[in-house]
Amino acid sequence: MKGSVIALYGGILLAGMVAPLVFPNYTFQVAVLWMMILFALTWDIMGGQMGYNSLGNILFFGAGMYISAVVQISMVFDVGEYTAAFGAIKIEFSDAQYFTGIFLGIGAAAIGAVVCALIIGLAVFGLRGPYFAIGTLGIALATAELIAGWDYVGGGGGISMPVFPGDPDVRSLFFYYMCFAAAVATFAFLKWLYSTRFGLAINAIRDNENKAEAMGVHTKRYKMVAWSIAAFFLGIIGAVFGNMVGFVEPLEVAFPTITFGIFMVAMALLGGKGTLWGPVLGAVLFHLVKEVTWTYLLGWQWVALGAIIVINVVYFQQGILGWAAEKWPERFGLIVDRGAGAGDGDEQGEAQPGEAAS
Amino acid sequence: MLDNLLVLIQAPVLNIQLLLDGVLIGAIFAMAAYGLALVWGVMNVKNLAQGDFVIMGGYIAYTFTKFGLHPIYALPVAFVGMFGFGWFIYAIIIRRVIGKDLFTSLLATFGLAILLQQAMNLIFGSDVQTAESGFQTRFFFDGMVSIAEIKFVALVLAVGLSAAVVVFMKRSRMGQAIRATSQDARAARVLGINTDRVYAFTFSLNSAICGAAGVLIAMIWVIQPYFGVVYSIRSFIIVTVAGLGNLTAVIVTALGLGAAEQFSAFILGAEFQVASVVCILVAVLIWRQIQQARKRQVVE
Repeated sequence: MKGSVIALYGGILLAGMVAPLVFPNYTFQVAVLWMMILFALTWDIMGGQMGYNSLGNILFFGAGMYISAVVQISMVFDVGEYTAAFGAIKIEFSDAQYFTGIFLGIGAAAIGAVVCALIIGLAVFGLRGPYFAIGTLGIALATAELIAGWDYVGGGGGISMPVFPGDPDVRSLFFYYMCFAAAVATFAFLKWLYSTRFGLAINAIRDNENKAEAMGVHTKRYKMVAWSIAAFFLGIIGAVFGNMVGFVEPLEVAFPTITFGIFMVAMALLGGKGTLWGPVLGAVLFHLVKEVTWTYLLGWQWVALGAIIVINVVYFQQGILGWAAEKWPERFGLIVDRGAGAGDGDEQGEAQPGEAAS
Repeated sequence: MLDNLLVLIQAPVLNIQLLLDGVLIGAIFAMAAYGLALVWGVMNVKNLAQGDFVIMGGYIAYTFTKFGLHPIYALPVAFVGMFGFGWFIYAIIIRRVIGKDLFTSLLATFGLAILLQQAMNLIFGSDVQTAESGFQTRFFFDGMVSIAEIKFVALVLAVGLSAAVVVFMKRSRMGQAIRATSQDARAARVLGINTDRVYAFTFSLNSAICGAAGVLIAMIWVIQPYFGVVYSIRSFIIVTVAGLGNLTAVIVTALGLGAAEQFSAFILGAEFQVASVVCILVAVLIWRQIQQARKRQVVE
């Protein structure tokens, strides 16, 4: 068992390392795949493990993107002046300036996203169930609209990001490894997190928030921290993606509520929410199918996306791992009392995320 | 922004214009919100595709004008057509999400909303459309206040339709069955009410009301495939503020929301209209949360 686990992790890491070298034409797509995995994992902290289904997590992605853009540009130039010129001003960044800028930008994005999460958390965590989902969706939509009307950051016209100094191949490899590292770090952190008391506490909040509170769990504090963790990683990947695309714009790139924002939910549900590997599996499957079939659907792909979500939610809600846990509970370390009739396999699968991973 | 505010203070007649526009639009918001409250109250399903049903109705009216027919004839067609469509959606999707946890219905209808808006985008294109009704515009106060007659016609139709629905809910057997089911579904089943049919009928009635509202929207305003989500949000704001099953509150809130939107669009500029609607939603939810927190403390 132990050896096979090491082989699995090693194999995935190795595959991630060499993928852009073996398939240089697909570097961008694979980088987006790592980003998708990160999306699904961070959504699952709240949606799967804690039972707070947010439809607005994309907010932190966009916030990180804008924060890093402003930080990077303001290092050498006045942001308001730069955006007012609509890309007419070309700033020459020296190598040192660019790389300090990008790392400072990513750091600022992570911190800024956490601050956003704490402020918004104060406003929304009294909401439960559908009000929480609609409230977060509303906040994400409102932010996109407000940013689109804010001239300092370029309004609807967006901001061009600083140009990478160097070869295009080096550039794509650089951003690929950034995405890869972010996704791997997120996975490792969450694997550790779910094995601690924190994981148990947020699972308790999911199962019954009032009881958890009565048992002495500081529910509000846990909710805030979980939300901030999701925001932290989303802020980082937002900053990286903004630089990778090279252009930041409010509605399509930074706050794409109906694409990335809903993809993350769909991917986590597809793989099986409330498990560690479920979101990863869902993201890989979703992204592969999407990339392979998308172009053949001639515009109907978005309709297909809606249909996938509906079918997924209505007919296959437990997801792949949830289904597997029902089918082979012993493999997931679940003890099933056959005499007690058909238990709710879904919940049992969720109860032991650490086991499902091994 | 301040200039616009000053204009309002210096020319009070403009306030009347904005208020009238808001009330005339708000009457139509009230229809969609009533449908949402109906489905929410009876089936405990939060329909996020509400706005897209409205826009579908709008495109039915638009198609009528394409064939040279007056859009007002689209009203009965949209009502009946959307009723059938609602039944179909109920049979394949909604039936399976009733009684599941709240997020399931929300996400399923969100998926449905994406599906519908994208399908409409492919069929009708993403341009902003309107169904030309050919009515006159009347002017009052030396031309300071203008009311398009069609808006008034729409108001009358909206009121008539809503009244018909209310009478139906109060008097007919089906209306009574719906109300009984919303009070206690299990007891209703025991008493021999086919709750599955009641649910199907409720959902279909909701989408029919939305379709009719959409026809009116297409005549007095503009429609576009992606506008649906704004109507869904408006319906949610109204229902959250007004509560379920309180028709008077729904109407008052809807008219208030319509007016608030017109004022904010005038003061902040039209490009902030969507933003202001969503900000109102967030404000309403926070206000509700503060209220609930107070209630909770009383219990403790």
